[in-house]
Amino acid sequence: MDRIPILKLGHSLLVTIQVDMHDRLAMALEEDLTQKIVSSGAKGVLIDISALEIVDSFIGRTLANIAGVSRMLDADTVVVGMRPAVAITLVELGLSLPGVRTALNAERGMALISRRVAEADRDGAADAPDVHGDE
Amino acid sequence: MASKAVTALAGLLASREDKILAAWLSTLAGATADGRISRTEIETQARDFLRALRESMSGGDTSSTGSARLRDMLSSISRSRALLGFSPSETATFVFSLKLPLFEEIRAAHGSDGEALARDTWTLTELLDQLGLHTIEVFQKSREEIIQRQQDEISELSTPVVKLWNGILALPLIGTLDSARTQVVMENLLQSIVDNGAEIAIIDITGVPTVDTLVAQHLLKTVAAARLMGADCIVSGIRPQIAQTMVHLGVELNVVSKASLADAFALALTRIGRTVVPIRSGGSGQPRSTGAYPGALT
Repeated sequence: MDRIPILKLGHSLLVTIQVDMHDRLAMALEEDLTQKIVSSGAKGVLIDISALEIVDSFIGRTLANIAGVSRMLDADTVVVGMRPAVAITLVELGLSLPGVRTALNAERGMALISRRVAEADRDGAADAPDVHGDE
Repeated sequence: MASKAVTALAGLLASREDKILAAWLSTLAGATADGRISRTEIETQARDFLRALRESMSGGDTSSTGSARLRDMLSSISRSRALLGFSPSETATFVFSLKLPLFEEIRAAHGSDGEALARDTWTLTELLDQLGLHTIEVFQKSREEIIQRQQDEISELSTPVVKLWNGILALPLIGTLDSARTQVVMENLLQSIVDNGAEIAIIDITGVPTVDTLVAQHLLKTVAAARLMGADCIVSGIRPQIAQTMVHLGVELNVVSKASLADAFALALTRIGRTVVPIRSGGSGQPRSTGAYPGALT
């Protein structure tokens, strides 16, 4: 079965969906991504859907699920590059993906994740100086 | 009704056409009084109509609605009247006012033959009534077309997306938001977000007369769609009465809202790391806000 490749890029995972998503592919992606977040200790997940022309309710829900799972595993999900027609469709379907962060393109999405990682590092350093004290 | 009788009636019309036309035109004279339509135009229309009517009847057309040509002609007359701003009754009067001159000629022709007179009167009444109704129908349709076109124009005109700054868009909404307009607004806004690479969109509802639960829902949909595209929305220009009504209705907009477009713009600038400061006088003063300088808005 086809799988969508997941690339590790520093602190984040990069997923670019270039093919039409069908339900099994979406489920496989959710599973792979969960495994990968744990194994790589990623702080952010960037999903580029700029090539997706059709997003149905199932794919929409899968995106929301991925966001939920990754938040639980301490990683932020950013969905980037959604097309206007797709956005309108999702809103009409009542799926406004409340837990998912969004950005206009991959560049801004990456900036969002880096900012978040930097903040987390700073907060972590401030909250627990003992742990990172030696660094 | 027998077609022979109709043909005979057409012959009668043909022999007295000039007289009927003159009488008809004198009753139509009132319509030209306010100058919306010229006298020559109405004369041409009347003459053509009378000829078409005669031809339709002499063709042995026994249906009570007249020939296709007659109806087409009446349609074009009615449509032009609708465009000129005539009322429906004024338009229909054009046809109905033909009755009196016609009936007088029939009466003169038949003399004391009461039965023939009644029969022909009925034939003509039926025909002219149908034609009058047809006129009204076309008139109504033309008006609806005009209204539809104006509606399209309004919805196109009233949904501009304005670029306020690099990355900041404004959407000044004017008029009531219904589902169809929301769709247009949403499409325009989202496309502009992509085209401009905007991070923030300000939806200004100063021009929206009322905000009820439905309008609020439409607003929220637009906000949600913009968020999915990666742009934040700020709603501005909620007037005091509208704010009160919304609270009384229990409508909640769970978005950042500001009283005026200026406030919203200031917030948007802050979000993209810009600020507005006064120009330093004499070059000696310090900028008011820390971290900002006069060139900050470049």
